[in-house]
Amino acid sequence: MNNKLVKRVDLIFEKVECRDVMEEIMKMDPDAICQKVLESDLKGRGGAGFPTGLKWRYTAQEKEPVKYIVCNADEGEPGTFKDREILDQVPEKVFCGMAIAGRAVGAKNGYVYLRGEYKFLIPKLNAQLGTFHKMMDEFNHNFRIQIRLGSGAYICGEESALFESIEGKRGEPRNKPPYPTASGLFGKPTTINNVETLVHTVMIMLYGASHFKELGTKDSRGSKVFSISGDTPKAGIYELELGMAVDEFVQEFGDGDTKAVQVGGASGFCVPRKKFEETIIGFEGVPTGGSMKLFNSSRSMYNVLHNYLDFFTEESCGQCTPCRVGCQQLLKGVEAVKSGDKNAKYLDELVKLSKTMKRASKCGLGQSVGNAFGSIVENFKEEIIY
Amino acid sequence: MIKLSINGMLLQVDEGTTILEAAKKLNFRIPTLCQHDDLCVAGNCRVCVVEQLGGKSLLAACATPVSEGMQILTNSLKVRSARKHVIELLLSEHNADCTKCYKNGKCELQALSNEFAVGDHLLLDLCNIKDYTIDRFSPSIQKDDSKCIRCQRCVRTCEQLQGVNALCVAFKGDHQRITTFEDLSMAEVICTNCGQCINRCPTGALVERTYLDEVWDAILDPSKHVVVQTAPAVRVGLGEELGLKPGERVTGRMVSALKRLGFDSVLDTDFSADLTIMEEGTELLTRLKQALVDKDPNVALPMTTSCSPGWIKFIEHTFPEYLPNVSTCKSPQQMFGALAKTYYAQVRNINPKDMVSVSIMPCTAKKFEANRPEMRSSGYKDVDYVLTTRELARMIKQAGVDFNKLNEDKFDSIMGASTGAGVIFGATGGVMEAALRTAYELVTGREVPFEGLNILPVRGMGGVRQASVLIENCKEEWSFLNGVELKCAVAHGLVNARKLMEGVKSGEINVHFIEVMACPGGCLGGGGQPIPTNEKIRKKRTEAIYAEDMSMEIRKSHENPEVIGIYKEFLGEPLGHKSHELLHTHYRGRARY
Repeated sequence: MNNKLVKRVDLIFEKVECRDVMEEIMKMDPDAICQKVLESDLKGRGGAGFPTGLKWRYTAQEKEPVKYIVCNADEGEPGTFKDREILDQVPEKVFCGMAIAGRAVGAKNGYVYLRGEYKFLIPKLNAQLGTFHKMMDEFNHNFRIQIRLGSGAYICGEESALFESIEGKRGEPRNKPPYPTASGLFGKPTTINNVETLVHTVMIMLYGASHFKELGTKDSRGSKVFSISGDTPKAGIYELELGMAVDEFVQEFGDGDTKAVQVGGASGFCVPRKKFEETIIGFEGVPTGGSMKLFNSSRSMYNVLHNYLDFFTEESCGQCTPCRVGCQQLLKGVEAVKSGDKNAKYLDELVKLSKTMKRASKCGLGQSVGNAFGSIVENFKEEIIY
Repeated sequence: MIKLSINGMLLQVDEGTTILEAAKKLNFRIPTLCQHDDLCVAGNCRVCVVEQLGGKSLLAACATPVSEGMQILTNSLKVRSARKHVIELLLSEHNADCTKCYKNGKCELQALSNEFAVGDHLLLDLCNIKDYTIDRFSPSIQKDDSKCIRCQRCVRTCEQLQGVNALCVAFKGDHQRITTFEDLSMAEVICTNCGQCINRCPTGALVERTYLDEVWDAILDPSKHVVVQTAPAVRVGLGEELGLKPGERVTGRMVSALKRLGFDSVLDTDFSADLTIMEEGTELLTRLKQALVDKDPNVALPMTTSCSPGWIKFIEHTFPEYLPNVSTCKSPQQMFGALAKTYYAQVRNINPKDMVSVSIMPCTAKKFEANRPEMRSSGYKDVDYVLTTRELARMIKQAGVDFNKLNEDKFDSIMGASTGAGVIFGATGGVMEAALRTAYELVTGREVPFEGLNILPVRGMGGVRQASVLIENCKEEWSFLNGVELKCAVAHGLVNARKLMEGVKSGEINVHFIEVMACPGGCLGGGGQPIPTNEKIRKKRTEAIYAEDMSMEIRKSHENPEVIGIYKEFLGEPLGHKSHELLHTHYRGRARY
């Protein structure tokens, strides 16, 4: 790669000796583990960006004897396919991350909630689990991991809906508070982390917090695995430093005609060409769970928006009003504007509605529908109307 | 204690208090739809959202506990806008044919829509692109998906109060809806017809199947002799539907109103409740004798009551192996029905084919019960139409009767005499208490050893209650009961009935006699009673039932003069040949779905 700003990193897929890491971990005080992760400023790689060390510490502080570590491998965000690759290439690092978390918070059981479509990974993961459990025995670390398979619902990637699903119930988000660190899986204190986050903790334990912090910006430390798709000659998975501008990204990955980049999948933001320069990819700008989709000028942004709304209309769990009905109204609303049944001003009403959805929905799904909707309607109004 | 402010007013509340409850303390009402006092928090309608200063998103007041220093706004611009949107969204999915709706004027969504003046129809109407269906197959419950707002009160009721789970959430997104196992009709699933879901549905999605027109047609047909019976719990609930406060007894006014409506004879289910005690009490003593004297190992004990048709359908589905334990007595409604077209017809010299038998019940399951094939022992349909307390109130309004100005009137005779024991059938524990009052006296010749005949240990709102009475100094023919501690258990709400039966199954609960009422609080909390319902209202109705009992001259079933009369003139003796023919039946097991 020639561009010095879009720095390619090799941490996540780097083969390491997990045994060595575990050996160090077993010597460490659990709180020191939390402290080290906290010092690294690692934020959750699923997209929401909650400080991982804080999550671990909160769970560790709970008095309850039974606690759980859950690895969120539901990876349902449209345009994200990095966790699949991580689980395929370095599963031992994922399990190791869970064991570290288990040691840090005092949990003896872990669950991997695997996206239903990734069923093909199960034989490989199970084989790896056998080795892993043997290693745990050697270290006298009584930590066991089970794999649970999702059934295709996007909402089950939401942490509390994921717990419901593991518990055998209908996958619907819970009211918060209580948060998972206090009452999560089976009502017990639970740390739930994204696949990539867990791998990062292994690398932080191995190379130290300051090594991790060398990359990225103040608000977005470290590197991140991106799933790059759309109108790009270089579609695929790349580990890049956080904090680059969309402009730099497009120079590297665009096809020369990029008019917009959807950062963070259906629940993320659409960045138009005129904002490429000013928009930072990271928690200070547009956060992402990894999905980067490029659109060139041959694409209709109406179709893009319609596709996302169609997706949300189907994938809302249907439990809360703003999300269930709001999605349908946005979808049917843009259709009505496109067909001329409603005039262009109706889009303003829909934007107001999407703001209500953002504020009043029960979980992250309904709260983020307005991201794609607002940013596409704001920047590509003419494509929606005409 | 947690300190917070709501709309700038400071207050302190206990930890764990929700924002909704805290606001109530300051007399700020926050609108709700999915919230219900009887049910767990759902937080899914989002009507109750409030703003927390400095917070990114709004909070559901019903589901969010207060925290220290919170500054809450219940009526900010953001809140108003969100609330209006939520109501509009619900309306856009809702078949708002309000003027034609059975719940018109009693719909919580309609009230909110009114309050927030959501009249400008900003959003698209989604109702016409959905393939909503109406399920009219059940004789008790009508389910109209086009009115459903997915608040899931019904689902939580069916699960948490009744443990039946006939209703559940299915599908997701725009296809999400409330349905049954395999989308079968309510008539084909495990539904017990208890109607508790109706009592909690905020809209017209779940209502009773109404038979008002059929009853009016009968009344207004001069060739028909229409008799009506009224269940004990109706007289302590009806007033609520006609503008009175919960707990007001309206027995006399109700009788007066029924006469004005044009029923030919206004009679009392209390009479057949007393009769039930005679039959069921004798049955229990007979079973005890078989067990204790004849040492018959096959005698089915504990014996359970059979008055509640919701309970009967529940046990048919859920514990069919315990059907032999169910008393063979029909419910008071059906005993009444069988006697109306035989005994009453004979005494009054009326051809039963010209009779129409109507019952006013606090219950929707009674509609199902009246339609059971087992319930035709008079040679006709024993009870032709069952109306709920709510339907009766509607009839009274339709007839233009000014209920609250009516004079008190008395039930007609025959089959109109009642006792305090019959009245308390309307409350949980009442059948047990009435049975003990009679059985104890029958066996010992003395009144039950409780002050003022009030057997307090079987009363109350505990889900499963146990009590016992020591039987001593029996009459000669009952001497085998000397020293026996008669143990009984009472459950109300089917979730408690399940607990009780599982206790019986595991041997943890070892009793002789069990009373189960399908509905919380017993019949006074029945699925046909006025809406709304909550524990406070049910307690008021319970107080009224026991006050009615205390006001009666006769408070023991076996002293009811008409009961004594019917045994002398018609039935012979309890469990006699004629009783078997008319007053007893057997039920069958049903599939578990």
